Amino acid sequence: MYDFNFLKPTSVADAVAALIDEDAQPLSGGQTLIPAMKARLNAPGTLVSLTGIPELVGVCCAGDTLVIGAATTHAQVARDAAGYFPGLAALAGQIGDPAVRNRGTIGGSLANNDPSACYPAAALGTGATIVTDRREIAADDFFQGMFTTALENGEIITSVRFPIPQASAYAKFVQPASRFALTAAFVARYASGVRVAITGASENGVFRWAEAEAALSSDFSAEAISGLSASAHEMIADLHGTAAYRAHLVGVMTRRAVTAAG
Amino acid sequence: MHKLTMVVNGQQMTAEIEARTLLSGFLRDRLGLTGTHIGCDTSQCGACMVLVNGQAVKACSVLAADLDGVEVTTIEGMANPDGSLGHIQQAFQDCHGLQCGFCTPGMVMSTAALLAENPKPTEDEVRHSLEGNICRCTGYQNIVRAVMAASGQDQGTKATAHV
Ligand SMILES: Cc1cc2nc3c(=O)[nH]c(=O)nc-3n(C[C@H](O)[C@H](O)[C@H](O)COP(=O)(O)OP(=O)(O)OC[C@H]3O[C@@H](n4cnc5c(N)ncnc54)[C@H](O)[C@@H]3O)c2cc1C
Ligand code: FES
Ligand code: FES
Repeated sequence: MYDFNFLKPTSVADAVAALIDEDAQPLSGGQTLIPAMKARLNAPGTLVSLTGIPELVGVCCAGDTLVIGAATTHAQVARDAAGYFPGLAALAGQIGDPAVRNRGTIGGSLANNDPSACYPAAALGTGATIVTDRREIAADDFFQGMFTTALENGEIITSVRFPIPQASAYAKFVQPASRFALTAAFVARYASGVRVAITGASENGVFRWAEAEAALSSDFSAEAISGLSASAHEMIADLHGTAAYRAHLVGVMTRRAVTAAG
Repeated sequence: MHKLTMVVNGQQMTAEIEARTLLSGFLRDRLGLTGTHIGCDTSQCGACMVLVNGQAVKACSVLAADLDGVEVTTIEGMANPDGSLGHIQQAFQDCHGLQCGFCTPGMVMSTAALLAENPKPTEDEVRHSLEGNICRCTGYQNIVRAVMAASGQDQGTKATAHV
């Protein structure tokens, strides 16, 4: 890893000021960025750690909304969100392994937008709001394709606001070597309708499965979508699974999520 | 250079480090604590597992400079004060929970983190909590037995482990 300058501010304002430098990049849990820097896929001149900023950490329930600070670890979400939003807590508890969950954060995961990551499915599947140092971005506008988001240079996620669903579940088919999702579905039921988000499958990253949403909004049962199949068009194909296999898993994992949500 | 203060295995230390120094490098190269193994150096294998403020962390995947002020426990901190094996280490030996031993420091540290939080885990919980630790030798069965034995459960496997 090439050397760099390292800053550890204690407020969002100081972090944002440090990130004005074009060559600076935020570091949260480092579970993605440090391996990428070691592989020299990324070589920022300055790293601005977000782990020393108390206002970025915490899980807090405000009415029917759950607010999670960007630098909150997966382990803390698994623990502290369980009483308010069990579907989200269960998702956080399935990310990687205990050590990854002890360091990795929700803000880092959403900013990275790995096409096989777990949190993007929850954010899109609930219609969450991504709050940054300068604006609020609806999840529907935030994810813009593999490893691409609406974030501008130097913009940091400060928190995520999840509308708490009446029922929800995440069904993940684990790719056992990487522990990421080979394909996974997040399903959330609201009074206004059902949302379904799929991760791990598409070359364009996380997406909403509109046909399943429509069918489940009128009948929230696995049978309601048993006749639906996702198209293999633009699905990821690699040594772990063909595009057709992933398209098949979209249906299987969505039905499992609906059954688990009850 | 960054000034770093840390308590490692109960001992306070201060050092000047480069920003890019990983915790694994700091422990091994600066402190000579080579029990923390580097298996993959890509965050996959867990051979480098240590405890940071009591939580399991892959030492190859964190910057030492980001850990100013923390407490770190490594495998060297797991032995009894008289130098004999600690109870988790002893359980690994008793249950034949290692062959080449390369993964063992990481397995022991993950076990320590698990048992601190969940003193009587089920076998499923043990397997789930060791998902970040890869072993190329044992096939995991005896590792799981060792963790069960270290938690005071499943004592009967001790005899069957010795052939
Ligand atoms: C072995 C292993 C298994 C894993 N398994 C899974 C899995 O099953 N599911 C899953 O979803 N993920 C998995 N991950 C990824 C893990 O969840 C990462 O922690 C996560 O993707 C990145 O979060 P981080 O806090 O570590 O971010 P970092 O690595 O610190 O940063 C990632 C990127 O986001 C940027 N960034 C960080 N925080 C912010 C912020 N607040 N605002 C703007 N930009 C920011 C950084 O500049 C960087 O570009 C795994 C990782 C490993 C090593
Ligand atoms: S050496 Fe750190 S995870 Fe393999
Ligand atoms: S005992 Fe050899 S890698 Fe586990």
